[in-house]
Parts: sequence; structure tokens; C-alpha cells
Amino acid sequence: MTFEPLIAQLQTRDRSKDSGCVIDDGLCPDWIVDNFDRYVDPFWQHVYLTVTPVAIGFLIAFGLALLAHRRNWLVGPIASVTGTLYTIPSVAFFFLLQPITGLGNTTAIVALVCYTLLIIFRNVITGLQAVPEDAKDAARGMGLTDRQMLWRVELPLALPEILAGVRIATTTTVGLAALAFLAGGGGLGQELDQDPFFKSNVVVAGGLAILLAAILDVIILTFQRFATSWQRAAA
Amino acid sequence: MNTTLAFLGQFGGAVEFIFKERESVGGGVKIGGLGEISDLAATHLLVSVVAMAVACAISIPIGLYLGHKGRGEFLAISVSNVGRAVPAIVLLFFFIAFVGNGFTNVAFVLILLAIPPILTNTYVGVRQVEPDVVDAARGMGMTGPQLVRLVRLPLALPTIFAGIRISAVSVLATATIGTYANLQTLGEPILVPQQYGFEGALGAAIVVALITIAADAGIGLMQQAVTPKGIKLAEEPKAEHRRRLSLPTRRREAST
Repeated sequence: MTFEPLIAQLQTRDRSKDSGCVIDDGLCPDWIVDNFDRYVDPFWQHVYLTVTPVAIGFLIAFGLALLAHRRNWLVGPIASVTGTLYTIPSVAFFFLLQPITGLGNTTAIVALVCYTLLIIFRNVITGLQAVPEDAKDAARGMGLTDRQMLWRVELPLALPEILAGVRIATTTTVGLAALAFLAGGGGLGQELDQDPFFKSNVVVAGGLAILLAAILDVIILTFQRFATSWQRAAA
Repeated sequence: MNTTLAFLGQFGGAVEFIFKERESVGGGVKIGGLGEISDLAATHLLVSVVAMAVACAISIPIGLYLGHKGRGEFLAISVSNVGRAVPAIVLLFFFIAFVGNGFTNVAFVLILLAIPPILTNTYVGVRQVEPDVVDAARGMGMTGPQLVRLVRLPLALPTIFAGIRISAVSVLATATIGTYANLQTLGEPILVPQQYGFEGALGAAIVVALITIAADAGIGLMQQAVTPKGIKLAEEPKAEHRRRLSLPTRRREAST
């Protein structure tokens, strides 16, 4: 039963004119070099499907965390709501949203945003709560208002924890975006799905997804080094 | 007005698919109904439980050993970073292309996905045990294995269960796409729309989501049940210093 659609999809990509290696579904360097172009667009779609949800998710989760930082009783409810969203399997989520948002990028992005919320919210709160009381006392002693203290003392000190959350959210989203094709979002997962038995295809599409996760991770890590240069100066 | 009814209709149809058999989209085959759904759910749960059992059997002893000896921090921590960077679906497709299909292969993929969170959390949980407690236990004359079994393991259990919870959620989610490897899990109606139609996909998606949320909540309760009384007592007074309280409802990954 499962084979029917897979075979139907295999036929949509014509590889009959190719050499033996390709017909045998092998790992063919020549084919990869010749056909690399076809992965460029899905790759950039994948970048879009990762960066947009993380950015939107960051804005929402950061806002919620600042709110919960002021009103502490909100931490529990927000954590359980975002936690439940985080628990829903992505394959299911992409389908559950379709009757509401239709097939396409919107559905994919709404679902992916939901997954980033818990991770980023949790890390922002943890970071803010870990700020030493001494630092806050000193800030109060210098006459800073609550708002000034938040932006000049608490958030800078919480920055490593916050960025750690963004890193986790980003790598997680790269992985989940590989299933976004189920919601009509395209991306590298679509390429995997179109020819899952062809080793060259799986290696290139899958490899690009892993590479993307690694690159984005390094970018955020580099940003963190620059943004927290005071930390090394203190040490 | 029309669109509202339309999407209520789709959800309605999805629920009907779960409970009542119907003709497949192409015709000829009976699909849906509690019978088929429970068959698919049984396979889904079986492969997930097997994978979780094996993953626990592998990663908890290793985590306890490394944590107890204080060795292999790099391995124990980076395994979960690497694990996160390799998407579940990519791992599954690598297996389909290079190794093969079927129950064993899907179980193997799920085991690989489940190991990192449990291993890392076991290690972190064991390392977090207060040195004073360990010293006291040694002073009472405990041997190494006794120390692990009677002190470190009980105190690390909440963190270990947090890891098991993360793994269980991702295993149940990934078992859904096990359908690609020819294993008939609840992903079948979702990923074979030619036969099941959209309502079938939606119905199965609802079932998968409910099972996962139930499993998450169930393991959460187990986590509370295994938390030693001492830890619960020690945590309670903290509620007064609310600013230092860590996230109350979820103890997911203890490390970042």
C-alpha cells in the first residue's frame, strides 16, 4: 500500500537516460555535480522556512518572557501552553492547521513558529532569573528604574542564555522545516520525498539540511562572541 | 459563513473517519474506523516502545557511569548537540536509501534519535548531585556501585525522566513518518492521501497528536512520582523566593 505513491512519485522524475549508477539508485558524484542546480531553490526555501519562524517566534516569546518576568504567575501558564504546542508532532500539526490556514507557506510558518516559542521563552526566563541579586542591588543603588535595569543590566547578563535558546530553536527548526513540504511549504524535505530511494538525492538534500543547521549555529555563536565581549574582558 | 462550515465539516469528517469505516478514495478498499486506527496505533506504539526501551537500556547505564566517574563530559554533552543538528526525517531517509525498510530499520532510527537526550540528561543529572551528599555517602562507607544505586540514581531520576520525556515525544512524532519506510504506523493515512483523502489524514493527525500529548503528560506524572521526597521538600520553600524559581512545570533539558 505504501509503495504505490512512492513509485508514482519516482516516475515523475525521469532518470532513464542516465548511466548505470543512477539507474541503480547509487551514490553518483557525476550526477550530483550535474544536478546540483536543482537543489539551490529548495535550499533557499529552507533558509526562509527557518529564519522567518525563528524571527517571529523570538519576537513573540521574548515579549511573553518580559511580561512573565514582571508578572511571575504567568510563567506557569505560558510554559504549559507553549509546552503543549511543542509536544504536538510536526507531521500532525501541518495537517491540523490546513483546514484553517490552507495549503502553503503560511501553514508551515505558523506551525514552525509554535515550536520555537517554548525553547526561546524558557531560555529568556531562565536567563533573567539567573541574574545575580548583587548586580540588581547595585543597579538599584545607582538609581536605575526597573525599565533601565531590565535593558542595561538584566538582559545583557541574560544574553548568553537567550542566544543559547535561539541556537537550539534554529537547529530544531531546520529539522522540522524538512517536513514543511507536507503543508505545501517546499524546502529540502520535498526533494527527499520525491526520490527517497536514490542515494545521491538523499545525500545531497539531507546533507544540505545538516549543513544549514551547522552554518546557522556558527553564525549565532559568532554573534554571541561579539555581543558578549565584556564577558571575556571580565574574566 | 461558507468557509466556516467547510472547515468544521473537515474536522467533523476527520472525527467520523476515526470511528467509522468508509470506502477509500480510489474505491474498492475499506479504510478508517476504530479497527484500522487501532491496528495502526498498535504498530505505532510498539515500534516506539521498543525503541524507547532499547534507548534507555543503552544510554542510562552509560550516562550513570560517565557521570559517576566524571569522565566523557564532551561526549555526553555534544551527543545531544549533534543529535539535534541531524533532522529526524533526514536520518530516516538515509536509512531508507542505504539500509532498508521495515520495522527493524525504523526502530533503529528511533533508537538513534532517542539516545542523545536521555544520555545527556542522565549525565547532567548525576553531575548535579551535591558533592556534600556524595561525601556523606562515602563517609558512611558506601562502595562505588552502592553510591550510584542508592544516592546518585535516585537524585538524578527527575532529570533522567525529563530526558526520557523529550525522547518519547520525538520518537512518537518520528514513528509517524515511519510510513516512508513501509511500516504501517499512524502516518499511513497522513502520507498516503491518494487512498485516505484529506479527512483521513486529518483524523490520523488528531490521533497522533492526542497520543503524544498523553504520553508526554503520563511521563510527566511518572517524573513527579519518582522524584525523591527529599528533593520535593527542598524545593518547596523556594516558592517564597519566587524570583529564583526555575520553570515550574517542565524540567526538560537541564543543559543548553
